[in-house]
Amino acid sequence: MTEKMLTLRLPTPRNLGYSFNWIGRIGLTIIVLWALVAIFAPWLTPYPIGEIVDWDYFGPMSHQFWLGTDYLGRDMLSRILMSARYTVGISLASVTLACTTGVIFGMAAAVIGGWFDILLSRMLDAFNGIPSLLFGLVVVAAVGSSIPVLILTLAAIYLPGAYRFARALAVNVNTMDFVTVARARGERTSYLILHEIFPNIIGPVLADLGLRFVFIVLVLSGLSFLGLGVQPPNADWGALVRENIEGLSLSSPAVVFPSIAIASLTISVNMFIDNLPIKIRDRSE
Amino acid sequence: MPASFIPYFLVAQRLGIALITLVIVSFAVFFATDLLPGDVAQILLGQAATPEAVAGLREAMGLNEPAIYRFLSWLAGLATGDLGTSYVNNMPVSQLIGGRLISSLKLAGVTTLFTVPIALSLGIGAAMARGSLFDRVVSILTISVISVPEFMIATLAVLIFAVWLGWLPALSYGVEVDSWGAMLRGYAMPVITLSCVVSAQMIRMTRAAVIDTINTPYVEMALLKGASRSRMVLRHALPNALGPIANAVALSLSYLVGGVIIVETIFNYPGIAKLMVDAVSTRDLPLIQSCAMIFCISYLSLITLADMIAILANPRLRH
Repeated sequence: MTEKMLTLRLPTPRNLGYSFNWIGRIGLTIIVLWALVAIFAPWLTPYPIGEIVDWDYFGPMSHQFWLGTDYLGRDMLSRILMSARYTVGISLASVTLACTTGVIFGMAAAVIGGWFDILLSRMLDAFNGIPSLLFGLVVVAAVGSSIPVLILTLAAIYLPGAYRFARALAVNVNTMDFVTVARARGERTSYLILHEIFPNIIGPVLADLGLRFVFIVLVLSGLSFLGLGVQPPNADWGALVRENIEGLSLSSPAVVFPSIAIASLTISVNMFIDNLPIKIRDRSE
Repeated sequence: MPASFIPYFLVAQRLGIALITLVIVSFAVFFATDLLPGDVAQILLGQAATPEAVAGLREAMGLNEPAIYRFLSWLAGLATGDLGTSYVNNMPVSQLIGGRLISSLKLAGVTTLFTVPIALSLGIGAAMARGSLFDRVVSILTISVISVPEFMIATLAVLIFAVWLGWLPALSYGVEVDSWGAMLRGYAMPVITLSCVVSAQMIRMTRAAVIDTINTPYVEMALLKGASRSRMVLRHALPNALGPIANAVALSLSYLVGGVIIVETIFNYPGIAKLMVDAVSTRDLPLIQSCAMIFCISYLSLITLADMIAILANPRLRH
């Protein structure tokens, strides 16, 4: 018994409770793969994305064009690889923005409390009463579509959710003894937020960020599909589906593969988050 | 206050919050579309925008009034059914919307009729057989449907039913529906797509609601007393899960609002969402504002209804 207790436990991820099961690993692999594609896209594309390389439009999959060609005869594989930049980049930027602001406001509301908390919560709740795709439509109608506008709009859509989530977590941590002690020591609000609350909610917040990323990818693709997202000559995956929708009746690969790209990204993020070690995902358990 | 009034008080409070939200939303919709860069009168006149003409049109449209006054009169117009005039074709917005709204409601209604029974039986079934193969298959299917965009489901449906099987027309909507057959064919594709999206949400939420109830001590007690598994679920757990289930149904129906925008566009269905998307591309502001308000009101009523059901169905609040 004593010998067993004294066995040295190496701080490997498994022993610390940070190991993933194989579903989570597959998800992580696909996410990393798409991230690499987004970063190195210009060096990976077999053909220039804007160039018409095939005389036939909606060409089938072939040795020359792995994923066929689009409605103008451009190489589909190159276009999908390049579009990964827009889908992944815009979504990542807006989810980071939404979660950072949401989490900071949420923690501040929990620590400060009182009127600040009530007012902020009520306002953001009201904001939540607007359907997300509709909000995107209205904003795009008002200011026109550009990449900064898209990032800000998507961030605004998901800020209330991030705020609510972080506030709920922070309220729980806020009642802990160590926060009371820190308060009694006379620490400032900013210190409480950064050094007492934040380290204790970072795990679930990151998991929530992943789920929100999925929703943002979906709304962005939806907007682009309606022709209101990323504008030509640039295209994200949703815009690629829209461009090639005519090829649907020919069951052209040009419609199918951008959709598969979106699905592979969103499903693998979901798989990864669902199988995160409990230790990261939910500190309260 | 007597304890038995508490649920009604909470419901009233919820209604009040919904009303306040609606005012804030209308404020946001009005100012998002009204304070946009570019002068409306100038855009409308286009080539003929001489300074005098612009000034005259601004005067005639009341654009010189303070924004808050225009907002209030717009709100008053909304409340009395006067939705303003379309910029693009000078028709009253209410006339443009009328028929379109009815087609959209029809689509939503038919989808609801299809979705609710299927989703409820699948959700409750999955919860009863928790952990079984059936449960896992249902879970994986619903997660996949939720994590892909609506237009992908629509394109898949077209590929399967129109291109490969050849049962239904692809991207066209029959303009005139004269027979039952034609109507079925016209509605089938949009309804299938929307049902997939909405029922996936509904199945997940129903399953979670029933499992929540099954995990309570009194249901476990029923099981210990020797009730069969199906009796335990149907007689003991389900009556108490009805509230959460109704809540889940109303909440997942609110996904119709987003889904309908994509589905109407892809299938060229002449509903209000298609009207709005077209209005966005022509920047027809009064039309966009009215459509946005209609969507927000339906969305808000559904989530408020869900909350109210949850409050009223919770017996703990009555004592």
